[in-house]
Amino acid sequence: MKENWRKTLRRRAIIKEVGLQALLILLGFTFLLPFLWLISTSLKSNEQIFTSPPVWIPNPVVWSNYKKALEYFPFFRFLKNTLYITAFNVIAAILAPSFVAYGFARIKWPGRDILFLILLSTMMIPSQVTMIPVFVMFKKIGWVGTFKPLIVPAFFGGGAFSIFLMRQFFMTIPQELVDAAKVDGCSHPYIYWNIMLPLSKPAIATLGVFAFIGSWRDFLGPLIYLQDERQYTLAIGLRYFLTQHGAEWAYLMAASTVVSIPMIVAFFLAQKTFIQGITFTGIKG
Amino acid sequence: MTKLEKKELMWGLFFTFPWLLGLIIFTAYPIIMSLYYSFTDYNIVQEPLWIGLDNYRRLIRLDPIFWKSLGNTFYMLCLGLPLSLIAGLLLALLLNTNVKGMAIHRTIFYLPSILPEVATAILWVWLFNPYYGLVNVILSWFGIQGPGWLADPAWAKPAIILMGLWGVGGGMIIYLASLQDVPKELYEAAELDGARGWQKMVNITLPMISPVIFFNLIMGIIGTFQFSVQTFVATGGGPAYSTMFYGLYLYYNAFQWWKMGYASAMAWILFLITLALTILVFKTSARWVYYHSESR
Repeated sequence: MKENWRKTLRRRAIIKEVGLQALLILLGFTFLLPFLWLISTSLKSNEQIFTSPPVWIPNPVVWSNYKKALEYFPFFRFLKNTLYITAFNVIAAILAPSFVAYGFARIKWPGRDILFLILLSTMMIPSQVTMIPVFVMFKKIGWVGTFKPLIVPAFFGGGAFSIFLMRQFFMTIPQELVDAAKVDGCSHPYIYWNIMLPLSKPAIATLGVFAFIGSWRDFLGPLIYLQDERQYTLAIGLRYFLTQHGAEWAYLMAASTVVSIPMIVAFFLAQKTFIQGITFTGIKG
Repeated sequence: MTKLEKKELMWGLFFTFPWLLGLIIFTAYPIIMSLYYSFTDYNIVQEPLWIGLDNYRRLIRLDPIFWKSLGNTFYMLCLGLPLSLIAGLLLALLLNTNVKGMAIHRTIFYLPSILPEVATAILWVWLFNPYYGLVNVILSWFGIQGPGWLADPAWAKPAIILMGLWGVGGGMIIYLASLQDVPKELYEAAELDGARGWQKMVNITLPMISPVIFFNLIMGIIGTFQFSVQTFVATGGGPAYSTMFYGLYLYYNAFQWWKMGYASAMAWILFLITLALTILVFKTSARWVYYHSESR
């Protein structure tokens, strides 16, 4: 009797595993199709792009599409601009949020909790409400048409979400460590720099990766603030490519692939930090 | 206030100073100015000219595209947003099982959401190509003649929704993080009481992750009103304004036509709409969002 029951249970588990696996593979394949199509198209000759039924494996494989695509628009100039803006944003994301978050997490002072509530509520303000006056402000001080509007704001705390994330992380560090240091007469800057920061490397790494991805993908910022074509980033450069050579799908796909690759690499390099970082945010409840 | 308290206050302000300054420069002051601009005629070159409620009047009475964009956005709010919320949740539930090769599965579903939106928009324009695009090719295998998608006013919005569903991984990963946080003991206790799979789902899983569903819903509402890179790149609002969404129309007014006052009025209408929707969701949340008894 007992043996039979156990067998049924095991059979059920296997059926469940196989069913789930099949479903996931089918869905996953659907999600992968656009990717495969992207890569496939980027390696096709012009004749093979417009054949029906479509060809999946390009023959011949036209690697030169990539070379040509990068020559079609000033790729390396756009890359340099993107890296410049991205680098500053990553630096800001490493420094600013942890600094501000320390003030919210580890010092008790009147007004702190109200300000923290304000910080949280700023996340719900639609960006359109502040976008226009901020643009006008930058215009008046002559920063429109420079990289500064895309860099400088990040140093003012680095965004409500990042501060929130850092604060949540600081809260998980045992208070005894801080208390002990205080008894020894350590000042807040000392505690921040020598105790909190070294313990927060994973959270800071997460913010760095987020900043890299966010800044690399950013479209609206460069679209509004960069006016000279020579200043374009890859994101808006890619759209510029589309408006100039809209029908040359092989080159467009090749360029899109190249611009996407750093995101994929960043994800794989930081996969663990990434998932952890999302867990840290504490929005889970 | 004791000396120590004063010192702590000073340090508190010292550390939060960068953010406080940013709050004034990039949030508080702009909000006030944006309200002011919304009552003016302002093209950036000339000084703003006070015209009272004229912008609002013109938007509501004389601007059919404003209403069109609002309607399109509500379409996305009623159809696109629920679809992506549900798809994200279902995927997360699937990915929260312990099937072999889970790391690879998760990566596949998550990756599309972190690609640059310009790149995915360009890719989807190609996928939706009526003659050579993959979508219609696959439909033709089943004997279906696909529509013109992004080129057809009747199909452009569904096409945009499909594009969005490919990027559902962003919401999914947040669900997944919270699913992994549900205490295992709850399931064990329920199993002892003889609960079945769907009972565990309704009575444990969904209540436990309801705060995250709530979070994703609010962020989704705000996001639907934002400027959409994918729409801007893929259709620019066309054909026949069928994908002219609120955030996009606001962008055109502000940064293509330099109607800063008019766009500011749009921004404030948007602010009030999202605020009303958020309050509405908050009000109902007591009924369906479960918060753990101990708060952090």
